[in-house]
Amino acid sequence: MCGIVGLFIKDPKLEPELGRMAAGMLATMSDRGPDSAGFAVYGEGQRDHSKLTLRGKSAASIKETAARIGRDFGTAKVTLHDTHAVVGIDDKSLPRLLDWLKRESPATELVGSGKRMALFKEVGRPANVAERFGLETMSGTHAIGHTRMATESAVTTDGAHPYSTGSDQCLVHNGSLSNHNNLRRVLEREGLRFETENDTEVAAGYLTWRMREGLSLGDALKVSLDDLDGFYTFVVGTENGFGVLRDGIACKPAIMAETDQYVAFGSEYRVLAGLPGIEKARIWEPEPATVYFWER
Amino acid sequence: MPEVDLGTTPLRELNAALHRLGPDTNESHWTVDHPAGRHAIAAGLAVPITVEINGPVGYYCAGMNKLATVLIHGSAGVGVAENMMSGFVHVAGDASQSAGATGRGGLLRIDGNASSRCGISMKGIDIVVKGSVGHMSAFMAQAGNLVVFGDAGDALGDSIYEAQLFVRGKVKGLGADCIEKEMRDEHKQALHEVLERAGFDGEIDPGEFKRYGSARKLYNFKVDNAGAY
Repeated sequence: MCGIVGLFIKDPKLEPELGRMAAGMLATMSDRGPDSAGFAVYGEGQRDHSKLTLRGKSAASIKETAARIGRDFGTAKVTLHDTHAVVGIDDKSLPRLLDWLKRESPATELVGSGKRMALFKEVGRPANVAERFGLETMSGTHAIGHTRMATESAVTTDGAHPYSTGSDQCLVHNGSLSNHNNLRRVLEREGLRFETENDTEVAAGYLTWRMREGLSLGDALKVSLDDLDGFYTFVVGTENGFGVLRDGIACKPAIMAETDQYVAFGSEYRVLAGLPGIEKARIWEPEPATVYFWER
Repeated sequence: MPEVDLGTTPLRELNAALHRLGPDTNESHWTVDHPAGRHAIAAGLAVPITVEINGPVGYYCAGMNKLATVLIHGSAGVGVAENMMSGFVHVAGDASQSAGATGRGGLLRIDGNASSRCGISMKGIDIVVKGSVGHMSAFMAQAGNLVVFGDAGDALGDSIYEAQLFVRGKVKGLGADCIEKEMRDEHKQALHEVLERAGFDGEIDPGEFKRYGSARKLYNFKVDNAGAY
């Protein structure tokens, strides 16, 4: 089943509320996906700086890694969130940090990178996952999130969404792809690497590959309609907003709301019911096989 | 008359109370506040009462409805009035996909738009949509009337049996074995009666609609059995 949420703030006054609103939306989607949850938050970026999200095997191990990064990289700014750490680093030191991670802490995974995106995911009830990472207190311009009911692969942190598709970009998915095994083989021949048997990771890899070949995200989503077989509603987070695509049959639910202050996406109306001013919002379902973007 | 606030009363309590009502109940008019998109509100009603819901509802609202009148002052999620047997369900806003799916009788009126697969596998229900309907509406529709004031999406009436489809606006595309048919006086009269029951007394001209139905090539239709539909 799975649940997806997305929130894009139009009114800067609401930015400090982003995490609190997104956490409520995510918790509502527990019924659609109790196995694991994840979310990406687009917070403040800094000029000439990058933001990496790292995941350790445990909260203790990432704490230790974070301390060592602090020692070896004086300019790095590290914030701990349970099993994850978000590292802000100047672009000049970035290659050295990536190299250091591979060498000094190979068990630490790089789950997302970019200028503004921080990406968190873990196994567990969505409300608990959000609480562990402190989503409620995060501010930013937009966020996307996912609650998973596993169908195509095991319940693991690696099987949780979102999946990173590039710098400041990630994908969440409700549905199941039926040609992911074949597509994975095709993409592996193109040099992509996959960590799991998960179908969404293949969709993320597919978009990464198409964009590497020169397509824009919007065009990559459009051609995916021909190449991906199965049922899906995708929400893609980008540096400046998010995109939505449903397959041509559009079995997987999707509902959107827009007010002067925000654009919100949910798998069901219940996700939107608690948002401010929802009574007066424009509410609609995205059309099948149509790419939508909200950006600022 | 009972008033139930779903912000404070569990949904199961409301539905259990509605299911306990006998056919002669004096509690014949219920008001439900703060539905907040919850699923299966007022599903499985079997007595002639009226339930008014103030706000948007989730999946399968008024599903399997028999005899009851359910008025939704808001929008409805997936499968509103699915498998309705009789009675009247009125959605003041929009309806999500599969509205009135497999309905066997009664009347579903939607004042806004209905999403994809409206009236899928309908088996005798009448559905009147003031707005437009999405793709694959009336898929495998067997009996009953689907009336659309606006437009219809792609693949209307795919693999249709003997349901009647009336669309006033544009049809993006017809599904397999669905064709436009002549709108004769008897059809105008039948449509007029459906509109009247839906509360549009004489304000809509049946002559503005086009009629669509089965070409009867996909299934073995024998004219001797026509009366069975």
